[in-house]
Amino acid sequence: MNHRATIRLLPATGRLHLNDGPIDLIIGADGSPTEIRTAYHAASRRFVTILDELCTELPILRSSIRAIAGSSALPGPTGSIAQCMAAVVSPYRHRCFITPMAAVAGAVAEAVLAVMTESSQLDRAYVNNGGDIAFHLSPGQSYKIGMVERPENPSLFGSIEIPFETPVRGIATSGWRGRSFSLGIADAVTVLAETAAQADAAATVIANAVDLPNHPAITRVPAREISPDSDLLDLPVTRDVGPLSAPEIAQALSSGAAVAQQLRAQPLIHAAALCLQRHALLVPVCGGGLLRPSVVPSPRCATNERYFVTASQPVSLLSRCPTEDRPCPK
Amino acid sequence: MTEVFPKDTIRCDACPVLCYIKLGHTGACDRYGNLDGQLVRLDPHIVLDRAKSQGTPLVPFLEREGEWDGTLMKSPDTFVTAIGAGTTYPDYKPAPFIVSSEVEGVDMITVVTEGIFSYCGVKLKIDTDRHLGPERNLVRAQGEPVGHVTTAEYGSQMLSIGGVHHLTGGTKTEGRITCETLLDLCNGKEVALAIDDGASILVAAGKPPVVNGQQEQRMRVGCGSATIGMFAKQWFGKVDEVVVVDDHITGVLSEHQAGKMLGVRETGISIQGRRSTPGRYFQVAQPGTAWGGTNISDPLSILNPFKPKFAWPRLRLLMVSTTGEHFAYYLLDDSLRPIQKDLPPELHESVARMRENCEPALTTVLFMAGAGGSLRAGATENPVKLTDSVKHRLTRVTSGGAPAYVWPGGGITFMVDVSRMPENAFGYVPTPALVAPIEFTLKKADYAALGGHMDYVRPLDDVLREKQRQRQLTSSPQNPWPLRPSDDRDSHK
Repeated sequence: MNHRATIRLLPATGRLHLNDGPIDLIIGADGSPTEIRTAYHAASRRFVTILDELCTELPILRSSIRAIAGSSALPGPTGSIAQCMAAVVSPYRHRCFITPMAAVAGAVAEAVLAVMTESSQLDRAYVNNGGDIAFHLSPGQSYKIGMVERPENPSLFGSIEIPFETPVRGIATSGWRGRSFSLGIADAVTVLAETAAQADAAATVIANAVDLPNHPAITRVPAREISPDSDLLDLPVTRDVGPLSAPEIAQALSSGAAVAQQLRAQPLIHAAALCLQRHALLVPVCGGGLLRPSVVPSPRCATNERYFVTASQPVSLLSRCPTEDRPCPK
Repeated sequence: MTEVFPKDTIRCDACPVLCYIKLGHTGACDRYGNLDGQLVRLDPHIVLDRAKSQGTPLVPFLEREGEWDGTLMKSPDTFVTAIGAGTTYPDYKPAPFIVSSEVEGVDMITVVTEGIFSYCGVKLKIDTDRHLGPERNLVRAQGEPVGHVTTAEYGSQMLSIGGVHHLTGGTKTEGRITCETLLDLCNGKEVALAIDDGASILVAAGKPPVVNGQQEQRMRVGCGSATIGMFAKQWFGKVDEVVVVDDHITGVLSEHQAGKMLGVRETGISIQGRRSTPGRYFQVAQPGTAWGGTNISDPLSILNPFKPKFAWPRLRLLMVSTTGEHFAYYLLDDSLRPIQKDLPPELHESVARMRENCEPALTTVLFMAGAGGSLRAGATENPVKLTDSVKHRLTRVTSGGAPAYVWPGGGITFMVDVSRMPENAFGYVPTPALVAPIEFTLKKADYAALGGHMDYVRPLDDVLREKQRQRQLTSSPQNPWPLRPSDDRDSHK
């Protein structure tokens, strides 16, 4: 029995909050009260063993997927979540250094959502694991998801509507300001994919690619200097990004977008939004390329001079542009 | 407990991830961090919810499986604890949270603060008869003096740990280790202590103590003499002589008043010790860690040869410790020498009964501290009035929602059982001093009368809205609800 895990309902909203060590899930479901209750119980029951399961295989999950795949000495992971993590990072093994840990948040969210939808009939449900979200939609249902540029300044810079008809069931965000390390400089890269684990892995890869190598305004530190047991070993992780010029921002976002385009062609992702210093780029490109958002003081935050960004047009990552990857008509 | 790895790096054992955390950083969870080389929990403010019969907002998994209806508590079944509330020290500012809630028609005020206590320590009651060390001897943690052995209590050895002289009166290392020891004991962690000229022990609040590597099971039911009195009837007829070996008073059945009353025949036994009254011997054994907390490992070593005038071959002798954990059964041979035999079945029951009458041995930890003037000033403009109000029982003092016993006399010196407080309720500052929660609850009118910071009173709902810093817990069912207005005001039920 795991005595660390806490399970509770959040006041007012009736969402379920599950926490165990570094795993922190917020779960919401719509449906009949009985179905929700059954789903919550299933989620809780599944949840309490997850951290222990993952930790038994932590050394292998922190190893490069290339090493795991290429070595008979290294056995592949055996747990179901661990296997999912390894599977979704595997397509990147020749592109860059990546470990199954890149998909841990999404894979956990997915596993918990799976037991909820197996145990009950829900109109819709989501499992949000620190911004990496797995969700379920039944016909006619949709989710509207708000996007935040910086976690410490939670104001929406855009929102996404995800209807049942799309294959998207996972969303994940990565960036150097988040809890996990990033090799790139993106404030946030949000990815839509068929599963949360796929989105998680892809967001990591794309965020790493939003970069300006050797730029003096960027402070990087070997990962192990900050976190001695980091799976990123001595790779330089981003600790600070100074002010960049507009062309520099465009350049960095374009490098990320190029990778996002490739992943979209495979297809590993459905769409991505890349944010850097109040500029955003969407893949598939929509609305005329680099968004030049107007910066307006938020009425809520006017007193402490925080600002939030509004795109000049509502952002819809799923808008069906007739010419797909080319700019769509305004 | 943390293991030291590379310099300034600690290993967190709060969960199986076992992060290595460098100085000034947090682990993967962002909730535990390395502050000055110490593992600290960077916790949100804890809000206690009064448990109702059907539901609790925070349930240990499966403990209430099938009962949880998913409902949540609303005020006034919510009590804001001081855990994580922050503190005003050393400024004379109003306490971080002054919360009002209506309870059964009476406006209640809870002044919530975290106190920084230099004058603080813990009293450890260790249920064991084993000798831990002479009274007044130093108790050490990691080699540093952190306390001393104090007056023994019934069936228990007492240690006093911490206090201002160890925290700030000695070397820096002594202060740091004392603070760490107190913090661990208060937060329910296991601590290794060594007593000068005495035992090495492992103790944790609410757990059986481990003395010199041996886990203590039971507390004795009485001294050797008392045990004879309690069990004489059960032994009568099944055995000719019983000696209950004890470092305090060793009892002998045939000589004891209880044996005489039953007509137990004289056996010619002779005990090496100072006879107090018939059947009761002092100084038979020294305190130790062998038989029943004595230094005796061979019970026959306390016996002189049996007197041939009274003794007889095949005399049945039972020797037993006060807890029934140690026992040996003998028959005298033709030359009246005791020869050890298996305990006959008819005696198993009485020995088992001795054992079962001994309660589980535990270590209990009482935190004791004095609320200084600045802490009291955070509650009211006139600190002495708060003291008076507490003395007159108009103000209830709780610590993390657990009832506190307030020591009579000056100041607000209180004691609280740490096992009744929410987990990890304690913190520390590098002074070194402990940070402990303290809440004062009183009627709103009484609060105004004693010069309370009425301008700073906030409705409970208002405080509860700040959810991002809060954690809701279920109050411990063994604690009286801190906000109950009308029933008895005993702070130390």
